[in-house]
Amino acid sequence: MEEKNTMNPGVKSCTCGALVAPFVVGLIGALIVGWWLFPPLLYSKKLQPVRFSHVVHVEDGGMACSDCHFNREDGSFSGIPNTGKCAECHAEPMGEDPEELRFVEEYVATGKQVEWVRYQVQPDNVFFSHAAHSVEACGSCHPEFEENPRELCNKCHPDVGGSDSAPAAQVNRITGYTSMTMKMWQCERCHANENHFELTEEDEAKHIKPVTRANNGCQVCHK
Amino acid sequence: MSGHYGQFDIRWGMVIDLDKCTGCGACMVACQAENNVAIQTDASNKRLVTNWMLVFELSNGKSFPDHEVAYLPRPCMHCGNPSCVAVCPATVTTKDEEGGIVSQIYPRCFGCRYCMASCPYHARYFNWYDPVWPEGMEKTLSPDVSVRPRGVVEKCHFCHHRWMQAKDKARVAGEDPKALPQEAYQTACTQACPNGAITFGDLNNPEHTVHELAHSEYAFRLLERLGTEPQVYYMSRREWVRRAGDNYLADEKTGSVKNEHHS
Repeated sequence: MEEKNTMNPGVKSCTCGALVAPFVVGLIGALIVGWWLFPPLLYSKKLQPVRFSHVVHVEDGGMACSDCHFNREDGSFSGIPNTGKCAECHAEPMGEDPEELRFVEEYVATGKQVEWVRYQVQPDNVFFSHAAHSVEACGSCHPEFEENPRELCNKCHPDVGGSDSAPAAQVNRITGYTSMTMKMWQCERCHANENHFELTEEDEAKHIKPVTRANNGCQVCHK
Repeated sequence: MSGHYGQFDIRWGMVIDLDKCTGCGACMVACQAENNVAIQTDASNKRLVTNWMLVFELSNGKSFPDHEVAYLPRPCMHCGNPSCVAVCPATVTTKDEEGGIVSQIYPRCFGCRYCMASCPYHARYFNWYDPVWPEGMEKTLSPDVSVRPRGVVEKCHFCHHRWMQAKDKARVAGEDPKALPQEAYQTACTQACPNGAITFGDLNNPEHTVHELAHSEYAFRLLERLGTEPQVYYMSRREWVRRAGDNYLADEKTGSVKNEHHS
């Protein structure tokens, strides 16, 4: 009996360690696969059909952001300009860049539209208004956006304003949406934040609910 | 006055003059085209058909030569006390936005159809099948309204997308999006009506025609005594038409049960 008692603890701890070790290794392995190796497999990388350099246009060409990205008179937003807009300058090649030559030949000469890859395609039941999220509107309370409007754009969009070539879009192989497509919680960071608009005394007298003030009604963002 | 769902500075509403309505159905067609309502394979099957806007025929029940008919276009009433909102178990339909439009968020709906049972106006429709557009007709689809799949409920939303567009236009022009002039935002049915029977605007805004029309002595609302407080008003100079808007005892007059109007 005594012999068994002295023997068993040693044997037990030895088998325990041997049993647990593979599970620990397996867990770590699964985490590595699940967190680092598998997610990129979900996304395909999609490059823009034409290499576009913001640096050339903004710094060398002296163009303003609003020359291409602006609110139209009807309230809609001009996100990516069409070939006609590009042709205002690029009717003929302006430089030696072979990519520009290709653009002029393939698109400007034929009038074909470039199928630019959009980084933020939203589902068709989502309504987003650029006019409502303008620098003027947001900047009235957040002065940093007035000073640097790009900061406001970059809250949702990749900061390509200073890039020489557009980054590849990560397109989900199953859903077709990109990794940058806005999720509902991102909209709700402001829309569902009851303190986003502070209520005035006048509002409170009228029993206005903060939720109404902050425009978190479903159809504010859905259509 | 307001329901349990908040007080709104803007209350989009409609006044439909039943004496002007000829029952032509242009409002129904315009609505269907505007809101991507799928082409119906058999529109005579009223159990399966979808009509956000539906024209009913009313009759005074008398025989010739005293027989008279009236036509009653029925959109969603956008009630001040919407029963559909109260019964929805998934917060699909709400009345939580300025303007008082009762919303419907299709991807949230799981098709229990409580709202359809609760709506006293039968303004809600269930998608029994996936919508199909005959080849070529898909080009008529509007990008401003999402298409609803099989298994969800849908209804009139007062062309809400047009309101959003009108607000954006006002914002870009530097105007107040909360003080739109009447012509800035009109529903498709309003614009399609060849006889001007439908008037649309902000019931709270004295500058909008609906404000005055809703206060007319000839104005009434459907099933007013239920207390649903619809934002859709009807008007007719004919007593029998006004009587058709609710259930009355033989000795009751129509004006006697009218709820207080919004100021």
